[in-house]
Amino acid sequence: MDILNALILLLNYIFIPALTYGSQLALGAIFVTLIYGILRFANFATGDMMSFGTMVTILFTWYFQSLGISLGVLPTALIAIPFGILFMIIYMLSIDKFVFKYYRVNKSPPVQFAMVSIGVMFVTQAVVRIIIGPSDQRFFDGEKFIIKAREFKEMTGLNEGLALKSTQVITVLVTIVLVSLLFWFLNKTKTGKSMKAYSDNEDLALLSGIDPKKIVMITWIIAGILATIGGALYGLDKSFKPFTYFNNMLPIFAAAIVGGIGNPFGAFLGGYVIAFSEIFLTYAYKKFFMYILPESMEPESLVQLLSTDYKFAVSFSILVIVLLYRPSGIFKGKVL
Amino acid sequence: MRKNLNVIAAYSIMMVLIILVGIFQSWNIALSIFNMCLISAVMTMGANIQWGYAGLINFGIMGYTALGGLAAVIISVDPVQEAWSAGGFDILMCVWLIVALVLIIRFILKNFQNSKVRNYSIAALIVSGIILIRFTAEPGIEAIEDINPAKTGFLGGFGLPIIFSWIVGAFFAGGLAFIVGKVALGLRADYLAIATLLISEIVIAIIKHEDWLTRGVKNVIGLKRPAPYEVDLQSTDWFITLVEKFNSGKLNLISNFSDRQAELNQLVIEGSSVFVKLCYSGLFLIVVIILLIITQKALYSPWGRMMRAIRDNEEAANAMGKNVVKQHLLIFILGSAIVGIAGAMLVTQDGLFTPGSYRPMRYTFLIWVMVIVGGSGNNFGAILGGFAVWFLWIEAAPIALFLINFFTAGMSESHALKIHLIESVPYFRFLMMGLGLLLIMRYRPKGILPEKIEIK
Repeated sequence: MDILNALILLLNYIFIPALTYGSQLALGAIFVTLIYGILRFANFATGDMMSFGTMVTILFTWYFQSLGISLGVLPTALIAIPFGILFMIIYMLSIDKFVFKYYRVNKSPPVQFAMVSIGVMFVTQAVVRIIIGPSDQRFFDGEKFIIKAREFKEMTGLNEGLALKSTQVITVLVTIVLVSLLFWFLNKTKTGKSMKAYSDNEDLALLSGIDPKKIVMITWIIAGILATIGGALYGLDKSFKPFTYFNNMLPIFAAAIVGGIGNPFGAFLGGYVIAFSEIFLTYAYKKFFMYILPESMEPESLVQLLSTDYKFAVSFSILVIVLLYRPSGIFKGKVL
Repeated sequence: MRKNLNVIAAYSIMMVLIILVGIFQSWNIALSIFNMCLISAVMTMGANIQWGYAGLINFGIMGYTALGGLAAVIISVDPVQEAWSAGGFDILMCVWLIVALVLIIRFILKNFQNSKVRNYSIAALIVSGIILIRFTAEPGIEAIEDINPAKTGFLGGFGLPIIFSWIVGAFFAGGLAFIVGKVALGLRADYLAIATLLISEIVIAIIKHEDWLTRGVKNVIGLKRPAPYEVDLQSTDWFITLVEKFNSGKLNLISNFSDRQAELNQLVIEGSSVFVKLCYSGLFLIVVIILLIITQKALYSPWGRMMRAIRDNEEAANAMGKNVVKQHLLIFILGSAIVGIAGAMLVTQDGLFTPGSYRPMRYTFLIWVMVIVGGSGNNFGAILGGFAVWFLWIEAAPIALFLINFFTAGMSESHALKIHLIESVPYFRFLMMGLGLLLIMRYRPKGILPEKIEIK
């Protein structure tokens, strides 16, 4: 019984939150990696682009709520996401046309692209803050819990409760569907394969008749979908605040690099590596040991490797270690 | 003379703008903008040395600024004796442990060949070392943080004049840059950018949460000043006579004695804060001028030519026998040290250290905008960038307000859109920075004052 309690404890406080957070990071990391692999620059506007997509989603959610449209137990935001994606793609394509295209045509070095993306970051941040303001916005509605901690205790007779939020389930499900679709697209369709070819060797791809304009456009469209869904899921699960989204850029970068930048599958796994290590290393295991160890051996302290204040620092340290020993990431190999 | 005409013109425009703020808003605001411009100029000089001279991209400016600020705290705050006696021993033990750990790792790295066993044993050493350090430090840290947590709760510093911290801050930042450079400088440009950005976040996390050293988010307030206090000035005779002399024309117009006295008091209060700010301006100006002379000399020295050669073609410079790795590390340390000075100056001016206020937007990306807009590779350009961008950063809100009022003049005061726009005036500064950066990058990629290389 104690062992079961201990397992439920880990499931409730480590596994489920890390899986959710990891999925949200994974979507962002694939976004970063795609831009890096095909357009060849580190996009510092990642977090703010995600917040832009989420903002549009929130505005549509509010609009639908005012019209009285809802999905019942599911959050209304799910119907608003397609509109968010649409606006996001329009925004991204116009940024590409007015800003990035010039540098791409001139074949500027990646550093210059990165600087330009900082300009885009400033502008996007301003747009988001001017439209929706810098404060916290909650836009979740519908049923909050699938399993409540108290009901679970009564049902199983265990001491530890297991709470499963609907947003957590939605996040994981949507991520699985989206990522499998993406990998199917990249590996099986002709367009996806030409994207891979373009990322592998640009000149060779151009010689074999691949249209670079189309590749770039499709990359931005996929990026828009990933950014909006990733951002909206994060906002549903926690809350929407432009500054948090800007900060999320850092673990997302860490995830993309840990997985081997330019490699979407690596980025996908990298998201979970970062999320799990953050939560594993900062969780206080006192209660866990109280369940599995006999009473005489119970620990006095919290049995916490690092205080939760260092959550971000954990992922960054992992990144630094990976950069030192394997600069091309854990899952290196072919690009894209 | 003619060659430098654009430099002189750009600086005169900047000065006129600041003087206009002084005339139309107040001299207090103008001087505080000027002081912050000087501090920003020091930061941009540091970033410019790394980016403009050597082409190294450093997105960790925030971390070095914060370390400089930490130096100001450690140098100027009086030591907390109770805390030292309560936990000082544990902390010192920890320091020795860290030193021993580093020495052991160095020894292993030097004397054993690269193998899996070596790498794993180093990893095991680091992990066990961290656990050991945590166990040694824990009681000491708790004891220190328990001592009068509302007022101290940390070890304090050395109680020296705060000016020394400007040099110590440079050493702190340089030390961090040495470690970061050893770790990250081999990386490609955009990887280096991300790595430095993340490392600076780690530094901030440590400063924020190690309360025994920095008080963390409880902030350290009331730091010593290199300049006199306003309150003291207001009761000093020579200062009152000075203000009286300065404003004699205005005061003579008032015949009533008590009115005159009240007016004088008002002027003294205003004058005292202007005077204090002028003191800071003088100190900062000295730093800026010294750094400018040194960096200009370095730029046109053989060393500067070598740096440009390394920047423009690493392989060729390497083939000519220049040690690229070593020079990169050196310039990374020098640039970061200058940023550290700026960080210490900033805390000195504010008189308080608030770890929570260090955010990458303000302390990393804004500085980069300054360098790019001003002109990388040109010290005068970088300083001008610091001035122009900081000026715009502060004056963006009034400008935006004016523009909004201008364009929505037809709407009624209670129109929802107008109210919303006016409420979000502070965020227009981001818009202006972003647009400014994008426009400069597109139409004048070398900045307002581009780098010019004189070949003699």
